[in-house]
Order: sequence, then C-alpha cells, then structure tokens
Amino acid sequence: MPASLSYVGVLVFVLVGSLWLEIFLRTRVLARWRRLLLVMVLVVWPFLLWDAYAISQGHWWFDTSRILGIYLPGEIPLDELLFFLVIPLASILTLEAVRSVKGWPVGDGVAASEGGDQR
Amino acid sequence: MSYTQLAVTGVVIVVLFDLFVFRTRLVTRKAFWVSYAIIFFFQLITNGMFTGFGIVKYDGDAIVGSTSPVTGAPPFIGDGRIAFAPFEDLMFGFSLVLLSLSLWVLFGRWGINRTPTAGPPIWRKKGAKINQA
Repeated sequence: MPASLSYVGVLVFVLVGSLWLEIFLRTRVLARWRRLLLVMVLVVWPFLLWDAYAISQGHWWFDTSRILGIYLPGEIPLDELLFFLVIPLASILTLEAVRSVKGWPVGDGVAASEGGDQR
Repeated sequence: MSYTQLAVTGVVIVVLFDLFVFRTRLVTRKAFWVSYAIIFFFQLITNGMFTGFGIVKYDGDAIVGSTSPVTGAPPFIGDGRIAFAPFEDLMFGFSLVLLSLSLWVLFGRWGINRTPTAGPPIWRKKGAKINQA
C-alpha cells in the first residue's frame, strides 16, 4: 500500500468497522440517505473552519507523505474532509445499532409502538 | 486560543446546542451514552493510528503535552496523551460525534426520513418484542 493512503486507510478501517451494522443490525441509516446527507452537509462546516484555524496556527500538521496530497482552501487536506464525513456516518450507524438491539428512544419522533417516543 | 482551550470550548458549545438550541437532549439519554461508549473505544484506536503512525503531529504550545517527535511515535500514555493521541483529540471527537447525532435526531423530529426505523437485528424475528430493559 502506498504511504500516501495511510490516512485514508484509517478511514477505511472505520468504515469496515461500522458499515456491516447496516446489514446485520438493519440500522437503515443509508436507507435514510436524505437525512444522512443533511447531517453531513451541515456538520462538516464548523470542523473545517476549526481545522483551517488550527492548521494556520500550527496546532497540528500532517506528514505530507501519508496523505493524498489534495488540498482544500485553508490548506486542509482532502483526507480531513473525508474524516468529517466518515465519523458522522459511523457515529449514526452506532446509535442506530444500539436502537436496533435495545429499542431505546432518542427523541426523534418515532412512535412508542415502533420502539421510540413522541418527545 | 490553544487546541486545549478550543477543545473545551467546542464540547461546551455542542452540549449547549444539544440541550438548548436543538433541544435534542441526547446527553440526557441512555441510548447516546451507550453509543458513545462504543464509539469511544474505536476512537482510541483511530486516534492512536493517526498519531502512532505519525500521520498527524501536534505543537506542544497548543496542547497540554509536548510537541510530537519528528520520528517515531509519541508516548502511548502520559504527557497529556492517551493511546498516542493528545487527550484534546477525544474532546474534538466528542464534539463531532454529539453534533452529528444531535442533527440526526433533530432532522428525524422534523420528519425527514424518520422511517424506516432501525432493527430488528437479523438474528431476531421481525415483530418480536424488543427488550426495553
């Protein structure tokens, strides 16, 4: 594996560790892709801004041999944007997996008869 | 602001959004904390890979610990680090996770793709009573 795929390789680990939940625990997160897309489109912005600030201040930096080498405005590696998309997906898959098994409510308007609550 | 200050600020802001702006109140729910416990375990592994392999490095002036070494891995634990990564990364991750889940719940409440709901797992029969305990 080329070293430049190191960062993306970690993201693949996260995806492998979470995407199976969609099939085996029937999380139905990808099935609700519009809701997922909306979360992704919004959540990336504060973290991209944080990332750009941190990079500009030298809080953190990247080994340029271990990232893709494609940059967004603010010197943000493309790998970072992918991180801000993959982590929300894996998080939502985990929450829905817990709901699949335990049936606990999270207050998203799912009726009690379907394992949720109305709050 | 240092990464430490920003990380604390980030957690506070996202928790305030969850409680009072989106009013999803995930931090008061068992489903969130059980999910976060699972996420936390994998977060340690993921952060550990990013920092242990030296993919990301940190400035000692921005974190509680010291600057990442030029070659080799930083301490596994100690010097402000947990599993190679600055503990600040755990707060950064918490903010990202809580904001994602809070938005997910908010959009569900708004009726966007509220269904199909999750479950049951493939080993459990459809329509079987869910153990709420």
